[in-house]
Amino acid sequence: MSKYTEDDLREELKTKEYEYGFYTDIESETFPIGLNEDIVRAISKKKEEPQWMTDWRLDAFKVWKEMTEPEWANVNYEKPDFQAIAYYSAPTAVDPNKTLDDVDPDLLAMYKKLGISVDEQKKMNNVAMDIVVDSVSVATTFKKTLGEKGIIFMSISEAIKEHPELVKKYLGTIVPTKDNFYAALNSAVFSDGSFCYIPKGVRCPMELSTYFRINQAGTGQFERTLLVADEGSYVSYLEGCTAPSRDENQLHAAVVELIALDDAEIKYSTVQNWYPGNSEGKGGVYNFVTKRGLCEKNAKISWTQVETGSAVTWKYPSCILKGDNSVGEFYSIAVTNNYQQADTGTKMIHLGKNTKSTIISKGISAGKSQNSYRGLVQINSRADNARNFSQCDSLLMGNECGAHTFPYIEAKNKTAKIEHEATTSKIGEDQIFYCNQRGIDTEKAIALIVNGFSKEVLNKLPMEFAVEAQKLLEISLEGSVG
Amino acid sequence: MLKINNLHASIEDKSILKGINLEVKAGEVHAIMGPNGSGKSTLASVIAGKEEYEVTDGNILFEGEDIEELAAEERAHKGVFLSFQYPIEIPGVSVTNFMKTAINETRKAKGLEDMPAKDMLKMIREKSELLEIDRKFLSRSLNEGFSGGEKKRNEIFQMAMLEPKLAILDETDSGLDIDALRIVANGVNKLKSKDNAVVVITHYQRLLDYIVPDFVHVLYNGRIVKSGGKELAHELEEKGYDWIKEEVNA
Ligand SMILES: Nc1ncnc2c1ncn2[C@@H]1O[C@H](COP(=O)(O)OP(=O)(O)OP(=O)(O)O)[C@@H](O)[C@H]1O
Ligand SMILES: [Mg+2]
Repeated sequence: MSKYTEDDLREELKTKEYEYGFYTDIESETFPIGLNEDIVRAISKKKEEPQWMTDWRLDAFKVWKEMTEPEWANVNYEKPDFQAIAYYSAPTAVDPNKTLDDVDPDLLAMYKKLGISVDEQKKMNNVAMDIVVDSVSVATTFKKTLGEKGIIFMSISEAIKEHPELVKKYLGTIVPTKDNFYAALNSAVFSDGSFCYIPKGVRCPMELSTYFRINQAGTGQFERTLLVADEGSYVSYLEGCTAPSRDENQLHAAVVELIALDDAEIKYSTVQNWYPGNSEGKGGVYNFVTKRGLCEKNAKISWTQVETGSAVTWKYPSCILKGDNSVGEFYSIAVTNNYQQADTGTKMIHLGKNTKSTIISKGISAGKSQNSYRGLVQINSRADNARNFSQCDSLLMGNECGAHTFPYIEAKNKTAKIEHEATTSKIGEDQIFYCNQRGIDTEKAIALIVNGFSKEVLNKLPMEFAVEAQKLLEISLEGSVG
Repeated sequence: MLKINNLHASIEDKSILKGINLEVKAGEVHAIMGPNGSGKSTLASVIAGKEEYEVTDGNILFEGEDIEELAAEERAHKGVFLSFQYPIEIPGVSVTNFMKTAINETRKAKGLEDMPAKDMLKMIREKSELLEIDRKFLSRSLNEGFSGGEKKRNEIFQMAMLEPKLAILDETDSGLDIDALRIVANGVNKLKSKDNAVVVITHYQRLLDYIVPDFVHVLYNGRIVKSGGKELAHELEEKGYDWIKEEVNA
């Protein structure tokens, strides 16, 4: 019987299973656990980095050693033991310049399981893809097509070697090493990630996409993404993430920096589906991420995120609206179930005149989870006629979960217009019965209602990923209950 | 098609249906009338399988099968449709998407493939024309911000799309203006055949001028206390329920 009572629903949600929880047995090389200067040096050496990069990492490491983990987020977890993690793991014998055709067949089989048939993606979706397993970028597709337009899309390790002037110019300018504890850690030990540069006036003809996966046990993943859109250019970028189911907690501390120069536009979408832990709250990924973008004159940055995974999420994709008339957007769906905890939101820093920001946040909480929106809208004294609109909606399932909203507003200019709306609702038995009566079972009904609730944000995703994200919402909330 | 025997149902230990007997055959139209709070909507919900209600005695046979153990969606798959007295809002889900999901879920239950988009479109076009519904309306969120009358018309649109064997219309006429009433009633009449049946719950004769019932039943205090032909509805319109209450209490 799949009829709906609060208890049934709760029961049902508990039995959800993580679909991506397989481990692929690919040969890999992993560094010993622990973190010290030698490890930082070894990572840099392994990646054959120039001296300036090694020094940059070592500086970051020094800064990190003096810092303590932030405590202000509305999350509770056992602090990771940073000396018990391996900071580098890579599938062996991977030549980063390989094309997908020569990639280890086991890896390709893994992508299939992830639901991304790379071939298909290549053909149908017009998506260029970079795949990062554990710490290393495995393959970047479409390099040639992009090259013709002068677009650089490669792993950050390659970029450090091939385009040091660009990396040097922008790395750490938006998220400085000492920005926060995890950003400092990332700066010291980041293993790979993506680099992207769109030249002046170029409209990137396809979606750029990176797929991250933690495969090895006991490793942390620290990717670094740097995306520069030169004047008048446009790019849409998507990242996806999964990890195997494991009993211990895995650490993921990424840094993403976006730079949109005058008149440029960046659309950055994330579908985050790290392993959330089991129904008792054991295991799962700690997702501590710093994402920030800078907008110059008339530039626009749009963050769209669908966050369904991770045991603990700490993440605030932000926009610094430096240039006049620049625009920042944040569209977010965060789903928490079982014992998951999410503290996520955004910061919109208005520095320029006539800057505009929009925040749409949809939080969906089930099980015993805690879901917090935390957002800062800051209007600087020189930011005449700045505008912000924020809307934070929460949908609750059952009585044991929590939804929280922490909006902070700092306006130092009288011409600012700031609007904030917030709603909280519950999936009602009447809604479920109505769907049931039309032949839609409870599981599907919840999916339908949740998708409806999230629609404004789903609509912002590139079309081919919206479908995937929609499926992900269903899986996260229902699992394989029949 | 539908046979209800000595049905008793309660909610939160409060007994509401107290021995309903009713038989509806294919091709028939039945009207159920009765004072507020007499149990009409409860009866409709129990037939549709709303789980909050507990059946304490008696049974419901649909096409000869006891449906007691069937979930609401399974009853729907078998062809039971309820037009709600108070249709529910589902924000962000368009009427079209909702109908597509409902139809394909029903097909899936029957082991059929999804309905091809082309057929779905054709069907939507036909049925929306039948009920004189503007296509733009179908892209709006289900029942969200719909006027009372729009909600009711939309219920009958859903009925037209799902082509049920047994349709229970719970006060579909309330909220409809005079023109809308005619359009909706004509729609229902067009969908009627010798193979399906309609149960209309209403307070007013007006609707029954259009959808002419073969039988009229009066539900009072959880029981059907009087049944008759279509004249009974006229009599009720004229005299109200007092004389029936007196008969029952005598
Ligand atoms: N969930 C519930 N909890 C408590 N009492 C209920 C519940 N649902 C129905 N009832 C009661 O059952 C009785 C019958 O209600 P029902 O809605 O079936 O009446 P009705 O005949 O449809 O009335 P109306 O003509 O006003 O629509 C009423 O007294 C009502 O208050
Ligand atoms: Mg009623």
